[in-house]
Amino acid sequence: MKTPAELQYAKSHEWMKVEGKNARIGITDFAQHELTDVVFVELPKIGKEVKAGGQAAVIESVKTAVDVYSPVSGKIVEVNGGLENDPGTLNRDPYGTGWMFVVQMAKPEEAGALMAAADYEKLTSGK
Amino acid sequence: MSTQETMQPLMKTPLYDVHVQSGASIVDFNGWLMPIQYEGIIAEHNAVRKSVGIFDICHMGVIEVNGPDALRFCQYAITNDAGKLTDGKALYTPLCNKNGGIVDDVLLYRFGKERYAFVVNASNIPKDTAWLKGLLKGFQAEVADASPRTGIIAVQGPNSLPLMEDLYGRAVETLQYYSFVETEICGGPCVLSRTGYTGEMGFELYFPREKAAEIWALIMDKGKRYGIRPIGLGARDTLRLEMGFSLYGHEIDDTTTPLEAGLSWTVCLDKEDFVGKKPLLEQKKSGLPRKLVAFRMLDRSIPRAGNPVRNMGKVIGKVTSGSYSPSLSVGIGMAYVDSLYAVANSQIAVNIRGKDSFAEVVKPPFYHKKAAAKAKK
Repeated sequence: MKTPAELQYAKSHEWMKVEGKNARIGITDFAQHELTDVVFVELPKIGKEVKAGGQAAVIESVKTAVDVYSPVSGKIVEVNGGLENDPGTLNRDPYGTGWMFVVQMAKPEEAGALMAAADYEKLTSGK
Repeated sequence: MSTQETMQPLMKTPLYDVHVQSGASIVDFNGWLMPIQYEGIIAEHNAVRKSVGIFDICHMGVIEVNGPDALRFCQYAITNDAGKLTDGKALYTPLCNKNGGIVDDVLLYRFGKERYAFVVNASNIPKDTAWLKGLLKGFQAEVADASPRTGIIAVQGPNSLPLMEDLYGRAVETLQYYSFVETEICGGPCVLSRTGYTGEMGFELYFPREKAAEIWALIMDKGKRYGIRPIGLGARDTLRLEMGFSLYGHEIDDTTTPLEAGLSWTVCLDKEDFVGKKPLLEQKKSGLPRKLVAFRMLDRSIPRAGNPVRNMGKVIGKVTSGSYSPSLSVGIGMAYVDSLYAVANSQIAVNIRGKDSFAEVVKPPFYHKKAAAKAKK
């Protein structure tokens, strides 16, 4: 399972990368593996306000459907529309071309609540 | 990983280590640690539809029935007609309880006049063994659980035929669907059966359990030139669902009858007394309150087991299995609905994640080999 050191992680299996005032968000390698093949992604609308821990997107895989939560509060400023045509990108490259959406952070301090890679690895290694 | 309420230790098949080494994701399936996927459900599914796949089904059970009354006993225990079987033939049948509910759905193999075997679902091995033993009174027959000493591997897909021919010669081609032969593999006995749960050309092999890893390795090696891949339970489920095959615990259980489940072709109501005959006759006469239907979504949503089925805002049923269909690229499912609505080509609404999505009731199977071949041209 890949867990890049430069990213931050949420307990609900999202990763986040702070880019200035914005945060880029996707799901972890562990999550995509557990989900099985992703076949459909419902992304938030640009401009939508999200709360930390609030539902922002939906992923449907062959086996199940899950909500994707935004780890931080703010406004959606960018979404990865390419996932709608090729949802399998989420399985193949969850940390790269499989990113899901970008939030303009309203409370950048919320990022402090996320886990470092080593802690996230610990959380998922028992599973 | 989920903790078992019963505190029973999780069971492993003799191929567990092979799966872990191949990088499989392992899940708890009814108390068994089984591979859900190796490289991915869709790739595995397509491998079975287009080339060949190998499945570890050592978790499944085998219950032997031996004795002078073996046939009479089997006839009493099953709803289908065991009298149709000759040596080397198998049939699919429910075992019903006294209310007509399904104890299990099984394959019955006839090895000889006094020698039969049931192949049963993993989750039902202890239940079925106890159930069958409980029916023995008045029959000169013995029921024995052979599961602990039996290994089972399925090889499914169009290339399973040339692969088995490489192992057993051209005669394999003449093995009819639902027929089997007693042969050998890796220096030990093997029952080679032309059966499966995928809708494809395929085989199931039964052999002494301790031979499982050796046989798996042999078939993987011989199958290389045919593009063989190991297939997890994830693809096993999508493959069977595309065929409209029932899965015990989903479409059928102790409370559903074979008539409601669309399995009336497996119920021989004109044979002598059998367990469940009376309630099934009554149900046939009085009509079915609900029926199992197959449906495909008309939008991009994907149904899941447990979703309510509605009509004009009223709940008329419940989804028993739902998934994305890798072959059809659309959501498909099965559901019990009030018989009034079990009409092919009609529309039903499936309430998915709180929203009604429309589906068309279809006649199973969802996947037709010929149509798929035509579409490719």
